[in-house]
Amino acid sequence: MTKSIIAGAVGLAAISAITFGAGVAQAKDSITIAVPSFLTGGAAGPFGIPAMNGAKMVADAINKGALPAPYNTKGFGGAVASIIELDEGGGGTKQVAEYRNLVEKRNVDAVVGYISSGNCQALAPVVEELKQFTIFATCGTPRIFEEAPRKYLFRTMGHATADNVAAAMYVKEKFPNLSSYTGINQNYAWGQDSWRDFDLTMKQIMPGATASDKFQFPKVFVGQYGSEISALSLDKAELVHSSFWGGDLESFIFQSSARGLFKNKIGVMTVGGTAAYRLGKKLPNGLIIGARGPYGILVKDRDTPLNKWFIETYKNIYGIYPSGPAYQYGQAILAAKIAYDKAGSDATDEQLADALRGITFESFSTTIEMSLGGGHQAVTENGYGVTKYDDENGENVVTDVKFYPGSCVMPPEGVESVQWINGGMKGAKC
Amino acid sequence: MLRDTTSKVVLFGGIAIILLGAIMPNWIVNQLMFGFSRALAILGLLVLWRTGLVSFGHAFYFGLGAYTVAIVDIQLGVTDVFVRLFGGAIIAGIAGFIIGFIMRNYRDIFFAMLNTAISMVLYGIIVKTESLGSTDGFAISLPTIFGIAPETKYPLFIIITMIAMISALLINFYLKTTVGRLTTPIRDNEIRVEYLGFSVAHAIHLKYTISAVLAGGAGALMAMSLGQVDPDSMINWTVSGELVFITILSGPGNVIAPFIGSLVFEVLRTYAFELAPQAWQLIVGATFLTVIFFLPGGIWSLIAKLGRKKS
Repeated sequence: MTKSIIAGAVGLAAISAITFGAGVAQAKDSITIAVPSFLTGGAAGPFGIPAMNGAKMVADAINKGALPAPYNTKGFGGAVASIIELDEGGGGTKQVAEYRNLVEKRNVDAVVGYISSGNCQALAPVVEELKQFTIFATCGTPRIFEEAPRKYLFRTMGHATADNVAAAMYVKEKFPNLSSYTGINQNYAWGQDSWRDFDLTMKQIMPGATASDKFQFPKVFVGQYGSEISALSLDKAELVHSSFWGGDLESFIFQSSARGLFKNKIGVMTVGGTAAYRLGKKLPNGLIIGARGPYGILVKDRDTPLNKWFIETYKNIYGIYPSGPAYQYGQAILAAKIAYDKAGSDATDEQLADALRGITFESFSTTIEMSLGGGHQAVTENGYGVTKYDDENGENVVTDVKFYPGSCVMPPEGVESVQWINGGMKGAKC
Repeated sequence: MLRDTTSKVVLFGGIAIILLGAIMPNWIVNQLMFGFSRALAILGLLVLWRTGLVSFGHAFYFGLGAYTVAIVDIQLGVTDVFVRLFGGAIIAGIAGFIIGFIMRNYRDIFFAMLNTAISMVLYGIIVKTESLGSTDGFAISLPTIFGIAPETKYPLFIIITMIAMISALLINFYLKTTVGRLTTPIRDNEIRVEYLGFSVAHAIHLKYTISAVLAGGAGALMAMSLGQVDPDSMINWTVSGELVFITILSGPGNVIAPFIGSLVFEVLRTYAFELAPQAWQLIVGATFLTVIFFLPGGIWSLIAKLGRKKS
């Protein structure tokens, strides 16, 4: 008889037990930064782990005051930061639930990270709802700051438009007589935006080249592209555009090189940079690769103190050269330091946001101007190169590297990417 | 209807949780909202499970409810919490009623897999269609209550808890009616049930439709409490598996079990995620195995055992 009553009591006791476990007081000489990145699944190895490594390395150096000038002051506004690692897998809805936990349960001071455009798209409204100072490190969809003005949310790298406009410009320079092109992109925000921007830019600057109507949109994180590669091989288009990244990119490169896809077609990989260090000789020669900006293999020879520090320290700790995601997460952590240095370690989310809004700062490999989206979206240069296996040193290098200034490949403030490209890219300063 | 102990516990427990919600921190209120929303779907699966049927595809109805909320929000600008909730439940119910004509003829693995197949068709359609959000899904605007936009999540929490209470009471009542009692008998011997003068097909059809309505409502409430829908979190077979997992974790003993099981799952996942960001799935999986090995009757059997010892 009484068993149900006892059952209810046990349930309530469980709930109240959780209540008392919550809430940890914050000291002012230390802050917590949550860093979400892919730690499980196919995107972890090539993308999520290097990103996390970059973030941890930079945070660690900041805590010790070991960064080169002008960032050689100790800490984040003097405070020591502890990093909370977080898995980004599981889809946007799961990430929304976890983000709420981060802010409301674990009371983090700042959130810095996120790779997937799908996750960022889902999180943007929640960031504003919870009024939490947040920096998106890598995700690329331009919609984040074009759909609505943001107050607490920042992104410290360029978006997909820059990658794809620059890709089209590079293609035009290298292959002025190109007659046709096709693409394989993942069917979600990132892939859809990437293909749209590339296709529209090609229509503007290379009207002589036609787009194939057999472009492919497989689901993200599938890893098997047999039928898509068959379709691409049969397609007459001379060039294949892809915004694949992480594990999908590597699977696609393996599967398509086995079938010789890039022996008779030009490949343009906007996020190809991460594969260059990992695949070694298995990466086909002659691929046009980008790194979503001036990061990774594209800036390996850039001789600034900050970049030299970044490459040497990373190589010492992790044994390989830093790829794009490591740079992107590293510079997002750096942006957090700059905001804390300006606003103080006990600053509110509003003060931190005010400190970062609209500033220009020197990052590890490039200059970052927070000039779009009301000062919340970064503009950087963007570049491409061609892969070549260097037999002497046994590693991949890129040749013919060319960079385009940010003002050339990204729309001016207040203009949406698609409108800007369709309007003939007015105001572009190349 | 409210005379038995279970109903009293549901009623007083529900009211107590609503009152406690006012003083609990936000994140616990969130966990309760997610837990109770999902528990509605588990309640439906419990009814099926007692009949010997396990569906590995109820994310179909869960997702249908969630996507109904998203689509009426984006296309028609409907923000009212009740219109969204009943919209989701009714659409799922209609779909369940129609699909029920097929499902009521199948048992065991065929029933389980046919449900999976249907849910994966919907999943495939949504993933491939950009106008349905493909894998990104949609963000959902905050719900309003009779035209008033609440400042906090608390009013939505009260509504979810009350819907959960009402559903638990109704299912508890249903399971005591003659048609409702046709669960274990159908599982044990269908022919005998037919000879007693009941249509097994009709009974299963009704149970299936009830579970669809509950799963649809669960999806709608989940979508509103999260503010986001996407196919991988709402319709994929992994979600169906998760629902079955929680059903087994809860145990079929009582209508309160799904609510406790859901909360335990929600807390388990949150802490597993917090403690082991690289291996949180391992913790959830290990718990699942532990429950199957040592608690075949689910968490409820533990509570029932405690209850027996005391009385």
